[in-house]
Amino acid sequence: METKKPDYVYVTYIATTPEKLWQALMDVDMMAQWWVDPKAGCARVNVSDWKPGSPWEHRRADGSGVVDIVGKVMEATAPKRLVYSWARPGDAADESKHSQVSFDIVPYSDGLVKLTVAHDDLAKDPAMLSGVSGGWPTVLSNLKTFLETGHALPKTAAAAHA
Amino acid sequence: MDSNLDIDKVFKALADPGRRRLLDQLHADNGQTLTALCEHMDMTRQAVTQHLQQLEAANLVAVIWQGREKLHYLNPVPLFEIQELWIKKFECGRLGVLLNLKTKLEGNQNGNEKT
Repeated sequence: METKKPDYVYVTYIATTPEKLWQALMDVDMMAQWWVDPKAGCARVNVSDWKPGSPWEHRRADGSGVVDIVGKVMEATAPKRLVYSWARPGDAADESKHSQVSFDIVPYSDGLVKLTVAHDDLAKDPAMLSGVSGGWPTVLSNLKTFLETGHALPKTAAAAHA
Repeated sequence: MDSNLDIDKVFKALADPGRRRLLDQLHADNGQTLTALCEHMDMTRQAVTQHLQQLEAANLVAVIWQGREKLHYLNPVPLFEIQELWIKKFECGRLGVLLNLKTKLEGNQNGNEKT
């Protein structure tokens, strides 16, 4: 049961199915196509076996293999709810600095799926709070475009990427 | 199907100064209850409720239940989308320069009036 008050809540409605959305959140090949923040330059993929308790890594998909964020899978209930902790690699052992991201997937009307992303406990790390707040809308907008059109990237991001 | 048709709802929601003030309040302090939001609004609780409903329908406000408390969050995703899909094409770069110039000149003018 969630009792913390989230710092940020993002909601987007996507014309897809819960199963496809669930897959897009975990499949590395799909993620390389949509998890792109034009400011960050290259795509990122989240790598894990997605079992509760397993570690996950937010890895650059440019061949460098650089890991920017690490964490632990806290909950994975397909295709409804995914929760993981979120930390800098240097803070991996210090759980007091970890924040938490949850993805809730609910079927909506007219073939739409409601995706709610909440990021909690960012106050522990103010620099992360400012970095994260601009990033999620871009990432979620790309996810929506990817699932609805099948296009790898929106034109602007693709141009910045090229 | 195109769920971007909701762009009309976003612009309509933004057309009201009271609703924009609610968004500003949530931007300053995200995740507020209705009671907290009413404290800074010069209107009835009922009117604030109606504005929040419209913001929620436009997906500009997301609601999360925390026990018995209903918390309102600013959801910037539709704002990002109208910026990317529609506003950005109007040469944001050059217009930014013009806006800076206007702010600078009008700022000076205001300064002169005061002295």
